[in-house]
Amino acid sequence: MFKQLAHDRNFLGAMFMLPAAAFLLLFLVYPLGLGIWLSFTDAKIGTPGEFVGLENYEWIIGDSKFQTAVFFTIFYTVVASVIKFAVGLYLALLLNQHLPFKAIIRAVVLIPFIVPTVLSAIAFWWIFDPQFSIVSWSLRQLGLLSGNINFLGDTWNARYSVIFANVWRGVPFIAITLLAGLQTVPPSLYEAATLDGATRWQMFVKITYPLLTPIIAVVMTFSVLFTFTDFQLIKVLTNGGPAGATELMATMSYNTAILGGRIGEGAAISTAMVPFLLAAILVSWFGLQRRKWQQGEDND
Amino acid sequence: MIDAAVKTAAASDQTEGMSYLSTLPQRLVSVYMPLAVIVVVLLFPFYWMVMTAVKPKDQLLDLDKHNPYYTLAPTFEHIHDLLFKTEYPLWLWNTMFIAVAATILSLVASVFAAYAITRIRYRGAQWVGGAIFLAYLVPPSILFIPLSTVVFQYGLFDTPFALILTYPTILIPFSTWLLMGYFKTIPYELEECALIDGANRWQILTKIILPLAIPGLISASIFCLTLCWNEFIYALTFINSTEKKTVPVAILSAFTDGDQYRWGSLMAGALVGSLPLVVLYAFFVEHYVSAMTGAVKE
Repeated sequence: MFKQLAHDRNFLGAMFMLPAAAFLLLFLVYPLGLGIWLSFTDAKIGTPGEFVGLENYEWIIGDSKFQTAVFFTIFYTVVASVIKFAVGLYLALLLNQHLPFKAIIRAVVLIPFIVPTVLSAIAFWWIFDPQFSIVSWSLRQLGLLSGNINFLGDTWNARYSVIFANVWRGVPFIAITLLAGLQTVPPSLYEAATLDGATRWQMFVKITYPLLTPIIAVVMTFSVLFTFTDFQLIKVLTNGGPAGATELMATMSYNTAILGGRIGEGAAISTAMVPFLLAAILVSWFGLQRRKWQQGEDND
Repeated sequence: MIDAAVKTAAASDQTEGMSYLSTLPQRLVSVYMPLAVIVVVLLFPFYWMVMTAVKPKDQLLDLDKHNPYYTLAPTFEHIHDLLFKTEYPLWLWNTMFIAVAATILSLVASVFAAYAITRIRYRGAQWVGGAIFLAYLVPPSILFIPLSTVVFQYGLFDTPFALILTYPTILIPFSTWLLMGYFKTIPYELEECALIDGANRWQILTKIILPLAIPGLISASIFCLTLCWNEFIYALTFINSTEKKTVPVAILSAFTDGDQYRWGSLMAGALVGSLPLVVLYAFFVEHYVSAMTGAVKE
């Protein structure tokens, strides 16, 4: 039956792909290429610019602001991802227990992920206020602190504050997706392990973790990717300050290209993120390969 | 399919589980307390947002006379000002309109693409599926600079279409991938029967595949709406006029004049801007979770 249609299958497929392909080619593939081209030009807002070779890259690599941005972007990604993974996995394990009102708790946990980042970042902005912070106030009332904490005004305080806000927003996503993975682990495995005298830690290391690795690989790739290219949180909370201490590559490219008008340079900064993203995608790829290998068959 | 079967088996198995092996005090320390701490930390910013939004102005910045954790004189002053003295309703409308339009466009494109990749199986379908997954991994932060010049070239700058047409690049890869997963679970036999009965591809898609994939469509559309609502960098870059902005962008520029932060209005704005999503989410939690986990698992 299907063979009869085979002669026009490719044509039919092309027709069906047309709308999606049009969007992706016009607004994703073309700009992606254009971005790389722009990074080799001296384009400014309003002027197309001419090819200048590697000049933009030479300039940004020597720029101490860019070096700080790269350092902080990596620091931000690594620290936030590690904490998000640890807390997210812990929360997933907690939620996988037999709990009263489990569905409601699970729904509530996901709320930080639903609320638009900018809007929750505004709440954090107020919580991190230098004068009227509720955290400072509470610690003062408890007698743990005499003055206010300068959350966003001090280099390292600001860095840890934005990382905290990022972790807060990212944990629910990781916890809920890992929970979905945990629920596919048959309880009989744990029962068998208990009969064999395994401790909780052994069960976690020998059963839970190995069965979760494929989903962990994918979830963490996404998490690393989105943390590395984060923009909103920093834009709202610190706008890169104090003195560029919390500038990420994404915010720096915005400030350079859109606010500063130096499109070519900004494009070079954002193109410089690509190698890191490729590394993250490779990790995901090998994670998926491992899943196929574990199942001993094709994935489809 | 097998995944789902194991899942339901696991779920039904878990009613008792091994929890009877641990005593209540043990569970109190190892489960309930850490869970309570995490949940409180996750929810506190929202409590604080609501509290600030309903506090009278004189209590907002006065932490000594009034305990800041609660207020005995809640007021709707900030929310009222927001809705009647600013352009907020317009921003809310912009956000909704753009989100709905971009979601519909993306879903239509994704349904066709996912159907073609999973069922028509044209030459290179596998390869295209992989390419779409890669597109999912291209973040807006590296696209916005060249996209702004593209948007300008196409004459879309500072119009809602700048966002309606660019958001699908974020949404299509995600929803195609999600729908592919749903379509794969629909048995081939149904389609073969329809083909024998003389149905064409269009009829198969609209009369068989789509009705069976409704949960997937709901999941995809809710997730797309949330992503659009949340989108910031494109909205910040491509829209210039105040009356065309979306909530996240407008709220930042409108209420942060100078150093005198209008915290009450800012919090009211954040609260009102989040509510529609939270309400939507409350109705479709299961779809939402399956969208999130489905896209990761496939």
